[in-house]
Amino acid sequence: MSGVGALFLRDLRLVWRRPGDVAVVLAFFVVATVLFPLGIGPETNLLARIAAGILWCAALFASLLSLDHLFAADYEDGSLDLLLLAPWPLELAALAKCAAHWAVTGLPLAILAPLLGVAFGLDDRSLLVLALTLLVGTPALSLIGGLAAALTLGARRGGALLALLALPLCVPTLIFGASAIEASATGEGFMVHLAILGALALVSLATLPWAIAAALRQAGE
Amino acid sequence: MADLHFLANPARFRRFSRRVLPALSIVTAVALAVGLYWALVVAPPDYQQGDTVRIMFLHVPTASLAMGGYLLLAALGASLLVWRHPLAALMARATAPVGATYAAVCLVTGSLWGRPMWGTYWVWDARLTSFLLLFFLYLGHIALSRAYDDSERGDRAAAILAIVGAINVPIIKFSVDWWNTLHQPASIMRMGGPSIDPSLLWPLFWMMGALALLFATLVLLRTETEIDRRRLEIAENQD
Repeated sequence: MSGVGALFLRDLRLVWRRPGDVAVVLAFFVVATVLFPLGIGPETNLLARIAAGILWCAALFASLLSLDHLFAADYEDGSLDLLLLAPWPLELAALAKCAAHWAVTGLPLAILAPLLGVAFGLDDRSLLVLALTLLVGTPALSLIGGLAAALTLGARRGGALLALLALPLCVPTLIFGASAIEASATGEGFMVHLAILGALALVSLATLPWAIAAALRQAGE
Repeated sequence: MADLHFLANPARFRRFSRRVLPALSIVTAVALAVGLYWALVVAPPDYQQGDTVRIMFLHVPTASLAMGGYLLLAALGASLLVWRHPLAALMARATAPVGATYAAVCLVTGSLWGRPMWGTYWVWDARLTSFLLLFFLYLGHIALSRAYDDSERGDRAAAILAIVGAINVPIIKFSVDWWNTLHQPASIMRMGGPSIDPSLLWPLFWMMGALALLFATLVLLRTETEIDRRRLEIAENQD
């Protein structure tokens, strides 16, 4: 377990030493979100209505954007071979890497999104729900993206392929994330959506580390 | 399943398919000819939809076969990862494009059917949307299995994807159903009444069988090609 903890801290430390990587992802999130009002028009009612979908889609793209070097650096410099040989299960290592990815993208996105939501005219309750859904939903995105990243290790056209693999699998998360905010905006209860979102995240947590580990093993062979 | 294991050896499979394929092709051609004549000429037009109902004879079978094809892909992926059957990889490589084509035919015929029936080529109906996502899953599988210089890596990566995808298909279906009921009531998806008349049902069953035969023929043929291609690759590498 201590090895897994060390791996998690190592990944965080790597990001800490080069904070630009995270900053670029967050900047992408902000810029991509800001483009929508420019393309659609400044009507506040319309923007408030579609804000949930836009913010969730932008968060989805932003978290995918930073995934292609999740395992690639370890794959290239040989650290992945050491992870494969390590005495603790590869599944836990995969989980640690995805957790580190979430801590430096999903978590900041969940904090940043409400600030952008204000610009879209979301009410206070919806802003809170937006942050909550992103907090609960982004772990699933990190895990699904982690699987796509592990599957495309060493592939040609890795980045575009990663998106093609991950996006259809992210659809359930996107639907329940965005619909929770919409339900809260229209005054319905959002707890059901949030609970299903949590269920999706937990199912991903319980199953995907095994798939990621299988993908990493065949990449290491 | 145990009886099918003797086919796991590519050379044995090659001998088997060489014997089966010609007969299967003839049966498929006859079944398709009969089915198309029955469906397009003999079967009566629907009392509400007229002749457009004939699209159903292509649309419904391709839909179920495309879904079944994805399950087959997942089963082949599992047998590649569990038993390391070399043939499973080649067959998965052969199956994915056929399944994707069936899914595409289903989507295209569906939108052509939707134009006269619903007045639009596309609606964000739950079924249509989840089927479109199934098509994307197929595309991902095809792209991933061909993205590596080492084709065995691509096979194994695609096998993992097929299994994860197959587990996800029901979840995606459920979420899209939910999403759709939230956005619009299910009012459009009514196909000419609750039940289908036997005069249309029997040609539909026949077409289902004929298109399943076509699926099998294409997969066998493409598997043969994949075996030959793999052999050529190996021969090239040895020189």
